[in-house]
Order: sequence, then structure tokens, then C-alpha cells
Amino acid sequence: MGCAMPVDLSPAEGTLRLTIPGDPVAVREGLQALFGTLLLRSLPEEGRGTAELVLAEALNNIVEHAYARHSGEIEVTLALDPQGLVCRIADTGLPMPEGKLPGGELAPIDPTGDLPEGGFGWFLIRSLSQDLDYRREGMRNLLSFRLDTKQSDPR
Amino acid sequence: MELLAERQGDMLVVRAAQDRIDAAGAIQFKDRMREITRDSTGRVVLDLSQVQFLDSSGLGAVVAVMKALGPERRLELSGLTPTVQKVFRLTRMDSVFLIHAEAPDGLRDAG
Repeated sequence: MGCAMPVDLSPAEGTLRLTIPGDPVAVREGLQALFGTLLLRSLPEEGRGTAELVLAEALNNIVEHAYARHSGEIEVTLALDPQGLVCRIADTGLPMPEGKLPGGELAPIDPTGDLPEGGFGWFLIRSLSQDLDYRREGMRNLLSFRLDTKQSDPR
Repeated sequence: MELLAERQGDMLVVRAAQDRIDAAGAIQFKDRMREITRDSTGRVVLDLSQVQFLDSSGLGAVVAVMKALGPERRLELSGLTPTVQKVFRLTRMDSVFLIHAEAPDGLRDAG
């Protein structure tokens, strides 16, 4: 699949920046563009897969909720340092309910009952990221977290 | 969304011939699976060995497909790649599905 989406390698070495429209296809193409860069292809496979998953969840939440009523862009900045991948995501959509991040509790699973078809997103983000932070600045939502891309999953 | 179905005895084996089931393709996946499984009875095995990436929307779609099959028919999965397996394990959905390490015989060479 060809990705014409331009990934900006500035301002510093080890940093990627990408601005995409807030829709699901752009999220898919944006992730493919980011994870196709030499910088992210250099990560161990497991850390790379986990990073793509957490970023996908964060971006899809913005598309579904922040941009539920109007459209807009999403700005993604990734910085790779020795501790992992620092991710910063900005959008101009609706603020988080009550101005804070959802809890992300996993719904109880009863195989004989009505299984949940959603509500996994924040659980996965919270399980797989560190230093998760959300701020509302003016008309912008700023989400940041760190991903341990070097080690394998502790769970 | 390419899904290739093959009947093996009383079992319907569906191979997801794509590298991702994500938010952009989840609804299409769900609809195609419904079409494919509508006229069949018995077990359904969904082979995910080509799927490298599945997000929570993709997981929700797989759960929805199982629920649409009804209580009499179970959706089984095969060939989970590492990142896909991690999603099932963390969300504990690996306890809900019967998961086979490999696709049923013959499927890997099909299509």
C-alpha cells in the first residue's frame, strides 16, 4: 500500500512529526507512514507493534469522540530516546468529558452473557503506556505518553 | 476487506487475506463476515495468520461476529500473530474464543 503522507523528520534527529485529517482512513495511512520510517523500523518488533497499537487507540479515540461534531486535524509528534518513544498528540476537537482522561476499566467478561464489543481502547492505552498525561490548552487537547519500546511486555 | 471462505466438512474456514483489521475497516469486516456465514451452519474458524495488526475496533468487530453467529455456533480463531495475540490476551478475550495455533489443514495453501 503506497503512502504519500509526508512524515516530517524535523526539528531534531530522532523526532517524527505528522499532521493528518481526523478520519479513520487517515489514521491508518498515518500509522503506516510513521511505522514505515527507518526510525521506527529500527525498533524491536514487539515494541513496534505495541507502539502502533497504543497510537492507533489514541488517534481513533480523537476521531470518534473529539471530532464527533466537527472535523479537524491531528498533530502527532514522536521522539525516540534511550528510554523509549515519547508521543505527543494534539487536536482541536471537543475536550475530554469532565476535562480528564477516561478510567479505562475493562468490562467484566462473561462468556455466556453479553460480551462487550467496545471499551477496550483506554484500557489498552493505560496498560501499555507510561507517564500518561492530558491537558486542555485553549482550544486544543494535548495528550502525551511514553512507550517502552525496548523491553518486552511485562504482563 | 478480503475474506476467503472454504468449506471443510461441516466447518467453514474463513481466511482474512489482509494485514490489518482496524477502525477504518472494522464495519466492512463485520458485514462481509455476516454475508459469508449467513447461509452456513456449524463451526466457523477465522484464520488471522496474515493479520499483523488489530486494534480495539477490530477486536470489537470479531466479538460482534461471534455474537451474530448466535449461541449455537462458536467462532474459533487461528494463527494469531504476536501483536494480535497481545490484544486478545490483555483484554482477556483469549478466554472467550477457542484459539488454534495454526489454521486447519489445507487452508494455508488455499487462495
